[in-house]
Amino acid sequence: MKLNHKDFDGSRLVTVCENRIDALSAIQFKDEMRKMIDDGPNRVVIDLSQVEFLDSSGLGAVVAALKSKKSDQSLELASLQPAVEKVFRLTRMDTVFSIHDNASSAIEGAADAS
Amino acid sequence: MRHEKLADATFESIVRQRATDHSLRLIIPANERAVRRGLSGIKAGLSSINLVDDDWSTIEIVLAEVLNNIVEHAYSDGEVGLIETQLDFDGKYLWCTTIDSGRPMPNGKLPEGAQKDLNCNLEDLPEGGFGWYLIHKLTEDLHYGRDQGRNMVTFRLNIQRRQ
Repeated sequence: MKLNHKDFDGSRLVTVCENRIDALSAIQFKDEMRKMIDDGPNRVVIDLSQVEFLDSSGLGAVVAALKSKKSDQSLELASLQPAVEKVFRLTRMDTVFSIHDNASSAIEGAADAS
Repeated sequence: MRHEKLADATFESIVRQRATDHSLRLIIPANERAVRRGLSGIKAGLSSINLVDDDWSTIEIVLAEVLNNIVEHAYSDGEVGLIETQLDFDGKYLWCTTIDSGRPMPNGKLPEGAQKDLNCNLEDLPEGGFGWYLIHKLTEDLHYGRDQGRNMVTFRLNIQRRQ
């Protein structure tokens, strides 16, 4: 599970460089993501543009990442692909996360606000 | 073709009577890596149906959940087992059957898969239990049976071919 990250003013953009977060890779995603959040700034955005498929284990790992954030941190998602969006929508997890259309608008939005 | 025949028919006869021009049978070892590869093989195998993307994602989500459930619950860690998947497209429905020789479903029934309550504190959000909810939500005519030490799950998916 390869995660790249880039820090902007007060925000960290984490890019998932895999096309699946599934039962095989969910635990690794959860562990790697937890590190990204632990030493990250107040706002962490996960860019899911390369992730074409996520199953319930993958969804559980994204929820676990959300639960591992500090109380003054936010964890947001960007660029959900259709199959991923479907899983979030059907389980109503789309109501729990803040979801951006794409990573650049998520980061630009933060830059404008600061 | 009908699932209600399950009780008095063997698994073999049910699977055989469904075969169509668009039929696919796949046997994989019960582990998560094989499931991932199997899904990719199923996608290639069904490519002649020319599915719309949205229907392919439905098939992939449902089969991933059913197959991974067998890997995680029917077979124990490290136990060697096989999963057989039979898919038959009749022009309207994709009829799906999975067979494994693992442990029976708890209480001999399919898990209900209720919608999880998300109106809770962050720390109480559920991290699992979405699989059967997705399966129930996306399938029709979902059934479970056990015969001669084997589990069989059958369901159908209403899918469309690309115009």
